[in-house]
Amino acid sequence: MTIQREFSNRSKQLCDDALIEMYRSMVTIRQFEDEIQRCFLKGMMQGTTHLCQGQEAVSVGAMKTLRDDDYITCTYRGHGQCLARGMPIDRTFLEILGRKGGVCQGKGGSMHLTDFSRGLLGSFAIVGAGLPVAVGAGLSAQLRGDGQVSMTFFGDGSTNIGAFHEALNLAAVWQLPVVFVCENNLYGEYSPLRATTTVDDLAVRAAAYDLPGYVVDGNDVLAVYDAIGDAVDRARRGLGATLVECKTYRHSGHSRTDPATYREQAEVDAWLARDPIARLRSELVEREILTIAQSEAIGSELLANMQEVSHAAGEAPWPDEKVMREDVLV
Amino acid sequence: MGVCMTATLVETSYREAIGMALAEEMRRDSTVILMGEDVADAGGVFKATLGLKDEFGAARVRDTPISEMGFVGAGLGLAITGYRPVVELMFADFIGVCYDQIANQIAKYRYMSGGQTAVPMVIRAVGGAGLRFGAQHSQTCETWLLANPGLKIVCPSSPKEAYGMIKAAVRDDNPVLVLEHKGLYGNRGEFECGEEGLVDLKNPALVRPGKDMTIVASLAMVGRCLKACDIVAEKGIEPEVIDMRVLRPMDVSPIVASVRRTNRLITVEEGPRVGGWGAEVAAQITDEAFDDLDSPPLRITLPDHPMPFSAPLEDAVLPSAEGIAETIVALHEGG
Ligand SMILES: Cc1ncc(C[n+]2csc(CCOP(=O)(O)OP(=O)(O)O)c2C)c(N)n1
Ligand SMILES: [Mg+2]
Repeated sequence: MTIQREFSNRSKQLCDDALIEMYRSMVTIRQFEDEIQRCFLKGMMQGTTHLCQGQEAVSVGAMKTLRDDDYITCTYRGHGQCLARGMPIDRTFLEILGRKGGVCQGKGGSMHLTDFSRGLLGSFAIVGAGLPVAVGAGLSAQLRGDGQVSMTFFGDGSTNIGAFHEALNLAAVWQLPVVFVCENNLYGEYSPLRATTTVDDLAVRAAAYDLPGYVVDGNDVLAVYDAIGDAVDRARRGLGATLVECKTYRHSGHSRTDPATYREQAEVDAWLARDPIARLRSELVEREILTIAQSEAIGSELLANMQEVSHAAGEAPWPDEKVMREDVLV
Repeated sequence: MGVCMTATLVETSYREAIGMALAEEMRRDSTVILMGEDVADAGGVFKATLGLKDEFGAARVRDTPISEMGFVGAGLGLAITGYRPVVELMFADFIGVCYDQIANQIAKYRYMSGGQTAVPMVIRAVGGAGLRFGAQHSQTCETWLLANPGLKIVCPSSPKEAYGMIKAAVRDDNPVLVLEHKGLYGNRGEFECGEEGLVDLKNPALVRPGKDMTIVASLAMVGRCLKACDIVAEKGIEPEVIDMRVLRPMDVSPIVASVRRTNRLITVEEGPRVGGWGAEVAAQITDEAFDDLDSPPLRITLPDHPMPFSAPLEDAVLPSAEGIAETIVALHEGG
């Protein structure tokens, strides 16, 4: 089985409002991550965080393909997926700051954002751990027979851990409605992909399990929507799982303390030139769906809101101590 | 399966008790799903799940690939999306390859989500020595996950306990690790079946009343301690035997109550001394009943080396009824 690089053109059917909504969602994620970074610099935020600036198209394109009753797992780099799925910005911010009112009551944090009301089954901070769980959710969907799909996000580095292979094999052998979305941002922590992996296209690994492997430009939100849309379609029709590799890049370092000096400036510049938000904006302007002025207005409107959310979160009280003793067992 | 003696009393093996409990719970609740290596067509390597696929079908009784990390993790995925998976680990020793899923994911899932979900999941793991299976297929693994809040860990020592614990574990909304002992699979016993047979997964249970000392044991060691009590009975010594039974959450209150009467404590476990549950019990009893103790708590454990294969060596490593009896006598005479 070879890698597939061409997909249906379902994005052509997206109406203007839907496209503008996707644009807003990507800008929201970018601003959210930028604001979290500022909170770090201001000392408002503790611990660690793994931001996804530059990878917004994967989250937004993928979520647009899902139904409300579908399941999702993501990783510690999961703010984008959670926001794109509709996790409320304010409660997400509160959680990341460890404040009262956070989605997980301050017991999860940046790396463990979870929102069952939206099918966000969890963010996993152990590399690869979310994949088997998503397979279980896929089995649940198959047993129930309501056409639900389970989608799991993970990085390029995660394709070298056993859980990835066990999950792909299980999904394949049981023909489960699972969509494996690999965000290949070319680095696992500080290691370039090629130092840890012998292939450039991770989608080839699907062939070992007789699953389709897709490669798509992860910085083109509409291409992501097309490719993942095809994978979701297959899953819903009972045809089984797909591995979709989205080629992308993180603009910042691995985590907040990483200046990412191990990357060549030329490489960084080349990827910055492929910024997914700028690309969608150009396309929408070109297609006369949005004017530059309108896009700027969207940016300022969302930014004002983000700053308000951030300010409110910074002022919010800490959780009550009693919550730390709750939810160990039912 | 079991032989019905009266309306509710049955007499079965430990193995059959497990199968009965699973079958009854699967009949009662269609969300119960069984998964594991060779559990469906082959009925499990220890044959506890024989016949279940025939009754419940391939969708609910599933053979898995050899992927403990994969299918234990998939169990979690099922548990948080409306099902009640019962996952079998063919040998408890294989906990090692899915430790992350159990310790980092399953145990912490509810907590990290701020209580958004329950994790109604059972992991059955078959452990224990005595069958000459060597160092990697003979461990009870009782303490491997003991330091993980968010789990329940239970150890059935008899057909009655196996039946009642598995039924209760399936109904529990928490992840329950059921550590079975392969050396007990052929043991037979009587118990009440049906709702009467459910075991509260809460605390240790008194199995033999006595007055001279308190012996706390688990799994196969319970039977050996009872035999040891028969031996010392000839000398007029009457130890009280408690089945530790529920390792997590650990509730030592029945042991405290017993020690307040007997003033002595022996723990007997099929695991290494350092980091054993006996050490934790001894520490808690010392905290809570120091003034009631006439002598320091005594721990009988495995020695600090892996299990050897050779039959006489394995026998020498495992605490025997005779050896336990000697310790009992020495403690009795010493005080
Ligand atoms: C099992 C495990 N090993 C190591 C780590 C430490 N770690 C955290 S993120 C990371 C890199 C993962 O890279 P990738 O899968 O490409 O995801 P990305 O961070 O690029 O999104 C590593 C090694 C971990 N969290 N879990
Ligand atoms: Mg990466």
